[in-house]
Amino acid sequence: MNALDIAYMWDLVPVIAGYIPLTLFMALVSMVLALILSAMLAIVRVLKLPVIDRGVAIFISFFRGTPLLVQLFLFYYGLPQLFSFMTNINGVTAAIIGLTLHFSAYMAESIRGAILGVDRSQWEAAASIGMTQGQLLRRIILPQAARTAAPTLMNYFIDMIKGTSLAFTLGVTEMMGAAQKEAAGSFLYLEAFLVVALFYWGIVEILSVGQRRMEQYLGKAVAR
Amino acid sequence: MSCNIEISGLTKRFGQNTVLNNIDLCLKPGERVAIIGPSGTGKSTLLRCLNFLDAPDEGRITLGDLKVDAARASKADILALRRRTGFVFQNYALFANKSARQNIMEGLTTVRGWPAAKATDRANQILTRIGLADRGDSFPSALSGGQQQRVGIGRAMALDADLMLFDEPTSALDPEWVGEVLDLIRAIADGRQTMLIVTHEMQFAREIADRVVFMEGGRIVEQGPPDQIFGNARDERTRAFLRRVG
Ligand SMILES: Nc1ncnc2c1ncn2[C@@H]1O[C@H](COP(=O)(O)OP(=O)(O)O)[C@@H](O)[C@H]1O
Ligand SMILES: [Mg+2]
Repeated sequence: MNALDIAYMWDLVPVIAGYIPLTLFMALVSMVLALILSAMLAIVRVLKLPVIDRGVAIFISFFRGTPLLVQLFLFYYGLPQLFSFMTNINGVTAAIIGLTLHFSAYMAESIRGAILGVDRSQWEAAASIGMTQGQLLRRIILPQAARTAAPTLMNYFIDMIKGTSLAFTLGVTEMMGAAQKEAAGSFLYLEAFLVVALFYWGIVEILSVGQRRMEQYLGKAVAR
Repeated sequence: MSCNIEISGLTKRFGQNTVLNNIDLCLKPGERVAIIGPSGTGKSTLLRCLNFLDAPDEGRITLGDLKVDAARASKADILALRRRTGFVFQNYALFANKSARQNIMEGLTTVRGWPAAKATDRANQILTRIGLADRGDSFPSALSGGQQQRVGIGRAMALDADLMLFDEPTSALDPEWVGEVLDLIRAIADGRQTMLIVTHEMQFAREIADRVVFMEGGRIVEQGPPDQIFGNARDERTRAFLRRVG
């Protein structure tokens, strides 16, 4: 057994690090879009809006019931067959769409749970002063639900960062794709994948520290 | 003076259970009306129907020029009615994510569209009025029960409502805070603000109300000036109730 080629690993560090921005870009854009979409899905479910509620339930069931990788392939390879305007879809866009839809299905369920956890009296008090349903959701209910859901949503963000590695299967050279390319050239698979693993680990650890801080802050801010 | 607030034929059912049975009530401007009666009798439901927190099945609610037919109320009717009736909840129900001042301002900025500066001024006046001028930035979780209920009253005051509805405003309070909340209600009951107060504080009802309404089984059994109801009730059910609580 050969020892690890540490020098090679050091050389890889700046190479892989150069792809951190793309990885974070995909994760952040997907997260922002997923937050918006999942909040809308959750509201449809909570208010049981006729007809759409059924559709949303099926949407959530599908995106939770199938692997992310399969969903990515569906968007990237499958959909262009149906819609010609999608022929030119690039891997990054397809990955962002896939991550957004996949994670919004999960996040919608946590947000729905958090909304249902807000005391009934908060809805009534907001309604009693004449707020419309939109106003009371936006100003009273969602902010309170967000506090409850925040730790879970942060977990999904961490999953999402790791999920971006699947974009390499769509031909995107992000952190994982870069490691794969390097390894294919040098045959030093262990070193290349170890370096990329350490990068993911480091990023997630930094976020976890942020997550703990946030939980402490939220715990203190509004204890009910 | 004639009524400017009129409730007629108000009926509410929960499934088979008729909780409000054909309620008629008329309030003159500035009148303070106390509602008393055994629990489970529909007192809260009556107030909640007036604010459409529960949708009445039948009847009409008239607030000045606003006439709402319960069976045919549109979304706009319901919003208009809510904007003209303030509701004070038994459990305060302050917005947990807003400070005391923001709780009071919310109806002014979000609902009425006032600019923030004007709403802040108004909220500060109300904070002074409710004796919490120095607690405007406190969140509900940092306030005592009595302080929370005073903010709850302040939030309803901010609406400048035609009618203020109080649903047992002191019954969730520890005894030590009851006095300050009753004092505040006395101060607002200045003869200009029309009020409908559900209370189990008989002494308070007697002292503050222009008229006392006794309800039982979803109906108004008897109503009249406090001295008459408390001293010389005509209906045996009223007398029996007052013996029990007195
Ligand atoms: N949301 C509801 N669903 C079903 N029944 C209800 C509901 N709210 C109140 N009730 C019933 O209506 C009756 C009157 O309740 P309520 O108005 O709270 O009485 P009160 O305030 O006089 O104590 C009670 O029998 C109660 O069980
Ligand atoms: Mg009640």
